[in-house]
Amino acid sequence: MLTLTCPCCNIACDETELHPGGQAHVSRAGPDSGDDAFEQYLFLRKNPRGVHFERWRHAMGCGKWFHAARCTVTLEVFGTYSAQTLEPPQDILDAIAARRPDWQGFA
Amino acid sequence: MPLKRYSVFAVAREALRFHTGWERAWRSPEPKKKYDVVIVGAGGHGLATAYWLGKNHGIRNVAVIEKGWLGGGNTGRNTTIIRSNYLQDPSAAIYEKSRSLYETMSQDVNYNIMFSPRGVMMLAQTQHEVRGFQRTAHANALQGVATEYVGPDRVKELCPIINIDGPRYPVLGALWQARGGTARHDAVAWGYARACSDMGMDIIQQCEVTAIRRENGKVAGVSTTKGEIDCAKLGIVVAGHSGVLAEMAGFRLPLESVALQALVSEPIKPCMDVVVMANTVHGYMSQSDKGEMVIGGGADGYNNYTQRGSFHHIEETVRALIETFPMISRLKMLRQWGGIVDMTGDRSPIISKTPLENCFVNCGWGTGGFKAIPGSGWAMAELMAQGEPGPLAAAFTMNRFREGRFIDESVAAGVAH
Ligand SMILES: Cc1cc2nc3c(=O)[nH]c(=O)nc-3n(C[C@H](O)[C@H](O)[C@H](O)COP(=O)(O)OP(=O)(O)OC[C@H]3O[C@@H](n4cnc5c(N)ncnc54)[C@H](O)[C@@H]3O)c2cc1C
Ligand SMILES: [Zn+2]
Repeated sequence: MLTLTCPCCNIACDETELHPGGQAHVSRAGPDSGDDAFEQYLFLRKNPRGVHFERWRHAMGCGKWFHAARCTVTLEVFGTYSAQTLEPPQDILDAIAARRPDWQGFA
Repeated sequence: MPLKRYSVFAVAREALRFHTGWERAWRSPEPKKKYDVVIVGAGGHGLATAYWLGKNHGIRNVAVIEKGWLGGGNTGRNTTIIRSNYLQDPSAAIYEKSRSLYETMSQDVNYNIMFSPRGVMMLAQTQHEVRGFQRTAHANALQGVATEYVGPDRVKELCPIINIDGPRYPVLGALWQARGGTARHDAVAWGYARACSDMGMDIIQQCEVTAIRRENGKVAGVSTTKGEIDCAKLGIVVAGHSGVLAEMAGFRLPLESVALQALVSEPIKPCMDVVVMANTVHGYMSQSDKGEMVIGGGADGYNNYTQRGSFHHIEETVRALIETFPMISRLKMLRQWGGIVDMTGDRSPIISKTPLENCFVNCGWGTGGFKAIPGSGWAMAELMAQGEPGPLAAAFTMNRFREGRFIDESVAAGVAH
């Protein structure tokens, strides 16, 4: 079973305690955006075989949203971090680079 | 040299000579330098595409490239439910075409796929579902798909082991498609593989596509673990790995990959001769010819490529089914497995041209594409041969999300399988 540590209350939670929220760091298309931007924002999620950044909600606990960096092939968790950020923090990127030297980086 | 036909005489002949005369079902050639068409993925949909390219369009210089063994993806991992009682017109058209092709497939490909039109029953366990299925039955009547809305008494008659007055969700009725059923999943892949091989096509297993070569905005070929292969046209038919292949081809698809699980019980005596799906409680069950109860449920909620699933989903599925079929509560489960399914936002497939010229995709079948294999192959072959979609595929473009033309089956069914 997948276990993630909620960075808001520092509790290690089984996935049954959590609600998955899909890709993290999706930037919202504004009212003046064109079709491309809206398509990107609404429908074209990343679907990597490997490192992935996601939103999770500690639904059966503190109720807060947070982010997790995870490998979709091995289910290894590289770390969890606050949802109040537009990009993964450096310590998470370092943790991933240490475990996945070939990783192309967050883009 | 063409393959020998399977027949009752062949069985008798081989019985008399200790079964020493059976030949290999298909050839395992080394890849050639160049093909007219390369299909990536020897699952049901890829093989069916190749089959109809040969049968309907006379294109036989075709290779189907598979990284594992043929049929080892979702085609060999599914619960084999075949039905065509969808709500939206484009869905009903392609799924019904497919269901009807299943009826004659054993004869068409000279391979027994054990198609068993035993009937599929989708239980209505809330008022919402009652109205939804009645609506679907009316829609199906207009689409020419034979379905019927039946009451609880008929449900009990068709499947006596159902508990129709369960404590949480009593059975209020069902959508019944008498011509739905099951087929042997491996045989579908093997039958098409054999027929393709017989037409001179190359099925290349243990060969992974690692890159897609492009020249001037057009497909030039693929790089594989068995070397470079050139092609005039490329079909990507890799289900859960569609996102990975799309990235190689330089575009993104509106789908995500998640795990879907199934399990089978120890074999028991015949106790149900229909397929039952219970969408509200999220479980479905049928009995295989060997006597195992074949069980499936909901998909996991997060991206995953592991071909395992989350344990708690098994628990939820089994809990739902014990409520619906109390007699299975002591049954031991034999095996459990997962497949990686490619889920689109509207839960409908994509059969489409792509931003890369001469590169086509067939994907997004998600939790329910086994039933669609023959019809999907038919439509994909038409698209690849002509360069434009025919009537079956026309609505299923990858641009439909951008254009707001959803084929919304997620609200219509809202369940896996
Ligand atoms: C547990 C489960 C239950 C299901 N139950 C039902 C059901 O009851 N009814 C129903 O209609 N549908 C069901 N489905 C859905 C159905 O199985 C799929 O929609 C269907 O089998 C997809 O077939 P395919 O040929 O597109 O994909 P697959 O059979 O997965 O074939 C794709 C192939 O592509 C290969 N591949 C991937 N990447 C590469 C690469 N780089 N190079 C070469 N080859 C590659 C893979 O190895 C694989 O063999 C179920 C699915 C699952 C997982
Ligand atoms: Zn918390």
